[in-house]
Amino acid sequence: MGGSNMTIHLKIWRQEGPEAEGRFETYTLDQVNEHMSFLEMLDVLNEQLVTEGKLPVEFDYDCREGICGSCNMVINGKAHGPKRLTAVCQLHMRNYSDGDTIVIEPARAAAFPVIRDLVVDRSAFDRIIEAGGYVSVKTGSAPEANTLPVDQFNANKAFDYATCIGCGACVAACPNSSASLFTGAKIAHLNKLPQGQPERKNRVLAMVEQMEKEGFGDCSNFAECEAVCPVGISISAIAEMRRDYMKAMFDDN
Amino acid sequence: MPSLVEAATSQVGRKLLTGITGLLLLFFLFFHLAGNLTIFGGEHAMNIYSMTLHDLGWPLWIARIGLALVFIIHAWVGISIWWRRRKARPENYHVYSSKGEPSRQSLSSRSMAITGIILLIFLVFHINTFALGDTGTVLIDGREVSDLKTLVIETFQNPLYAFGYAIIMLLLAAHLGHGIWSSFVSLTMKSRKCSDLMYTIGATVAILLALGFLFIPLYIYFTGGCGAMIAGSQCV
Ligand code: HEM
Ligand code: FES
Repeated sequence: MGGSNMTIHLKIWRQEGPEAEGRFETYTLDQVNEHMSFLEMLDVLNEQLVTEGKLPVEFDYDCREGICGSCNMVINGKAHGPKRLTAVCQLHMRNYSDGDTIVIEPARAAAFPVIRDLVVDRSAFDRIIEAGGYVSVKTGSAPEANTLPVDQFNANKAFDYATCIGCGACVAACPNSSASLFTGAKIAHLNKLPQGQPERKNRVLAMVEQMEKEGFGDCSNFAECEAVCPVGISISAIAEMRRDYMKAMFDDN
Repeated sequence: MPSLVEAATSQVGRKLLTGITGLLLLFFLFFHLAGNLTIFGGEHAMNIYSMTLHDLGWPLWIARIGLALVFIIHAWVGISIWWRRRKARPENYHVYSSKGEPSRQSLSSRSMAITGIILLIFLVFHINTFALGDTGTVLIDGREVSDLKTLVIETFQNPLYAFGYAIIMLLLAAHLGHGIWSSFVSLTMKSRKCSDLMYTIGATVAILLALGFLFIPLYIYFTGGCGAMIAGSQCV
């Protein structure tokens, strides 16, 4: 691997469990290659820690290619780090310079309790999906594709919202810890499609109710969620949710 | 299906409420500013305006009670949203920063609750000074009516009032700088293009409105109440 090496100082939140007191630990890495991804840099740190007989820093990841939504951490106060439209697994160390100090914290929200270090429990999102983020379909052989036309405009819109990978950066970055962007995107994705119509009313009512039950805060239209979303979902998703909610309340058909 | 009350107090309902009440308050402010500017009208314009309002009788009371309700709902929901956010994040970030565009985090949006609460406290003093204030009377067309205009001019001779009001109006501009745009998003504005345009329009309206309000006390203070724009002032 070519590229220059640099020294990076890390200040990482360590917390042994949900109830434990957390604290910052500082580490220094002096062979960080600029081509490493941010998570590879943490791998290097963990190898070093394990060699020293210490516990590695726990963090979530899976695909490391920006599509699964597992990775999630707050770097120097910004969810997924400094780059827009980039999940932290896709962030590279060339965005930092020699001698930088990087502060890493877990996503902080009552609804996302810390499990350990940088790993938080995001099952609140699963329960919001369970409340209405699904469509019911008849089993049996697949229907003929052209029996259910979807116009191009709505297909594109639905796809834009469907790109949500559920990473939770919106909650992490929101000053109110609101889950409105996630919930709005999931509702709009299905409510835009013909397959989503039968359950559209119950979907928006139930998912909004569940989001509040989980202890997420209100939306104050800060739009910080849009700025940190690794796939660029717009706050228009939240406007869609508000519109669908009103329709569900006042529209009879 | 949630009841209407449950829907109105849901997270979606609360934002629809702040949006609607915020816009209603904004419309009231336009009306209020127009009324205030009558001080630059003819010699008796402001007192005639005040007399006309008071002559309305019961419709005025309905408007007053309605306005008070709108204020209370707006303040209540706004403060409760702000209160809940503390519960939603018990432990704060040690380092936090906005990622910038397209975020709308700004001094204005972050201080909505503070500017709102200050406006509420100001409102109490404001009503006490002018609506419940001790006015003399003046004869207009042989009718004795309360002389609000003189009370206003005398009040703003006091630098504390003149500059105090001016500062509060800057806070109003801050509240509305984010608020006008925000109310449109709350009331489900979706389009990206509309959003950028509305933000500019909202902030501009906020600044113009505040300038309109704060011009009056400052003008009166700096001209000692004898400025040429105020017809029939008693100064030598
Ligand atoms: C002078 C009259 C006022 C006007 C014209 C006004 C206008 C507005 C507008 C247009 C909004 C945006 C609504 C939205 O985001 O949906 C807003 C939000 C807000 N207002 Fe006011 N407001 C006024 C007074 C107050 C008062 C007295 C308080 C509280 C004590 C207050 C507290 C708030 C808060 C906390 C928000 C933000 C709500 C949120 O976080 O979502 N406002 N206001
Ligand atoms: S690890 Fe899958 S999105 Fe980052």
